[in-house]
Amino acid sequence: MRTLPDAERLLSDLAEQIQSDPRPGTALVGIYTGGVWVAERLQQVLALPGPIGTIDVAFWRDDYKKTGMRPGVKPSDIRFDVEGSDIILIDDVLYTGRTIRAAMNEIFDYGRPSSIRLAALVDRGGRELPICPQYVGAQLRVEPHQTIVLRRDSTGALSLVLESADG
Amino acid sequence: MVEPISSGLQLTADGKLKHLLTIEGLPAQVVLQILDTARSFVSVTEQEVKKVPLLRGKAIFNLFFEPSTRTRTTFEIAAKRLSADVVNLNIATSSQTKGETLLDTVANLTAMNADMFVVRHSQSGAAHLIARHVGPNIHVVNAGDGRHAHPTQALLDAFTIRHYKGSFDDLRVAIVGDVLHSRVARSEIHALNVLGAKEVRVIGPRTLLPRHVRDLGVSVFYDVRSGLEGVDVIIMLRLQSERMGGPLLPSAGEYFKYYGLTPDKLTLARPDAIVMHPGPMNRGVEIDSTVADGGQSVILPQVTFGIAVRMAVMGILAGN
Repeated sequence: MRTLPDAERLLSDLAEQIQSDPRPGTALVGIYTGGVWVAERLQQVLALPGPIGTIDVAFWRDDYKKTGMRPGVKPSDIRFDVEGSDIILIDDVLYTGRTIRAAMNEIFDYGRPSSIRLAALVDRGGRELPICPQYVGAQLRVEPHQTIVLRRDSTGALSLVLESADG
Repeated sequence: MVEPISSGLQLTADGKLKHLLTIEGLPAQVVLQILDTARSFVSVTEQEVKKVPLLRGKAIFNLFFEPSTRTRTTFEIAAKRLSADVVNLNIATSSQTKGETLLDTVANLTAMNADMFVVRHSQSGAAHLIARHVGPNIHVVNAGDGRHAHPTQALLDAFTIRHYKGSFDDLRVAIVGDVLHSRVARSEIHALNVLGAKEVRVIGPRTLLPRHVRDLGVSVFYDVRSGLEGVDVIIMLRLQSERMGGPLLPSAGEYFKYYGLTPDKLTLARPDAIVMHPGPMNRGVEIDSTVADGGQSVILPQVTFGIAVRMAVMGILAGN
């Protein structure tokens, strides 16, 4: 199995990129599950105030007709005032862009942000929508049947794993 | 209606929920999936735009053959928050009075491209009958059939209990009142048992408890004071006005004296016990106003949670 980059190092890279592009009043919104882990860590490193926002896009997805309701949907939770905020949307692995489209739709149901930027730990390409991240930890090309999965161990350390659909 | 009421109809071959007709026979994991999904829908109702696009373009028909305000309204709000198109039909005042059969009504609505029927009927088994005859892509939700079942009420009660109490393992739950005529009580008993409540008690006068109620897996109390001792949850049932003064009951005043939930009787339960009621309440008959409006009452949160639970049920069904 090929080695994937160290997720902890990618996280530091991502934090540096965001730090070098500061905007006052920035708020982080993580997408379940991996994006929330990344957002929680970035929140600490960037020493941002308040709780992060979390989003589960299950109710906004465009594949509901094909797959039905996914079990284990998490409640979305955005405590800060979205109206006029500068949001950085955070996901672990950016692929087709459909999740990001769904997440942006959901954010707009809370209010009208001034801006939304996108940060992803990994960009694996394969976009099906005109969505482009501002901050990326690493670009990785993997086979279509493969999935890059972010894991978190009991100490909170993050790591990347490559999984294949054919086992 | 003499159709047998079976629960097998509501699950697909691979165990997914196709119709929601009764709690009886539902696996715990299906009940838990509904409760978990409902929790996420509660957060939707806190948004500025209280809507998700899940059922956009779907047509949901509320078929109410029996009057109901709360249940019909909450189903309607739930469907609208899922972005479905909702049509309300109060059939007592419609073609049924002109002689059309139940299945003809449903066939006509199916021809109008209905995707889901929410059915309330005074006959037990009405929703089952419809579910048996609809096309493969149409879903049926039982919103109360005769004395048989009211599954979404039981689910929203379970959701409310879980919200305030966390888990069911150590809970003693008392259901008080006219269990005999109550589809709510029957569905609640099944839900609480499948979710693993420690004890479910039914409390009421002998004339208002079904004869074989113990077979449902409950303890039976005719004396309200001993029944309420140490319980964590009290569910008061509505005493339907047509029963009052009938052969089963002397009078509403007499009933209140023995079985009405007063502040005094409430002290017998645990100090952190919650009080629930499916509505509509008869103040001064089954519940004292001081209790209904008091700090332990969660009767209004039940209504709010009812919307999220019905969103979860419709959202899960339409995707299966």
